[in-house]
Amino acid sequence: MRLEYFDMIDRVVSLDRAAGRIEALATVPMASPVFEGHFPGHPLVPGVLLTETMAQASGYLLLARASFSHMPFLMGVDKARFRSFVGPGAVLEVEASLEHDGSGYAVTKAAIRAEGKPLCNAELRFKTMPFPDGLDAPMRERAARIGLLDGAAA
Amino acid sequence: MSDTFDRVATIIADVADIPREKITPESHAIDDLGIDSLAFLDIAFEIDKTFGIKLPLEQWTQEVNEGKVPAEQYFVLKNLCERIDGLVAEKAAKV
Repeated sequence: MRLEYFDMIDRVVSLDRAAGRIEALATVPMASPVFEGHFPGHPLVPGVLLTETMAQASGYLLLARASFSHMPFLMGVDKARFRSFVGPGAVLEVEASLEHDGSGYAVTKAAIRAEGKPLCNAELRFKTMPFPDGLDAPMRERAARIGLLDGAAA
Repeated sequence: MSDTFDRVATIIADVADIPREKITPESHAIDDLGIDSLAFLDIAFEIDKTFGIKLPLEQWTQEVNEGKVPAEQYFVLKNLCERIDGLVAEKAAKV
């Protein structure tokens, strides 16, 4: 994870496009400017960044399902719960599943665990729209870097 | 249609926090009820789930933007309900 660059997902572990499910890994860095403020001398990953991590896993799932025809933009966070503290070095197991594939929007459920223990979960809503100019290539490059389509089940 | 309208009106009242009595079949979702695009997607999600359909919002938006269909055809609730009934019937015919 590069928290300050909002680059949250390190690697996709599994992707099942037909079933609408993705699993990914993200390792919290040992140091980050984020920890200077949150909190001084007591570094914790902010809940908003855990939400962003769940949103990015969901977003990659939606990108893969739509074969990069549409870009998902987060538009709603429901029922978000943060169950435990997350600090430097934690290896996050991120999962997201498609709850509803609407026309021009999608809903996912996502969760993060560490060592099998639930850390947080939320229901997320996205607006999906044709790629804005210039965003397509960088998103494909990012997806390739995290191995989004490597070994996809379907 | 009236059953569909009742269910849709209840969804709109709950999701957009609009008094149920303000919602009539003649109401325009945007002009009369002031529903914004985010709330409309929340309403669409509830409608999709409740009726087991997929409102073709992208197609509708395109048709309205291209001037092929007046927005009233989709956003006045009695018209929206007619389309929902059509989509439900279409789905039933496929099964």
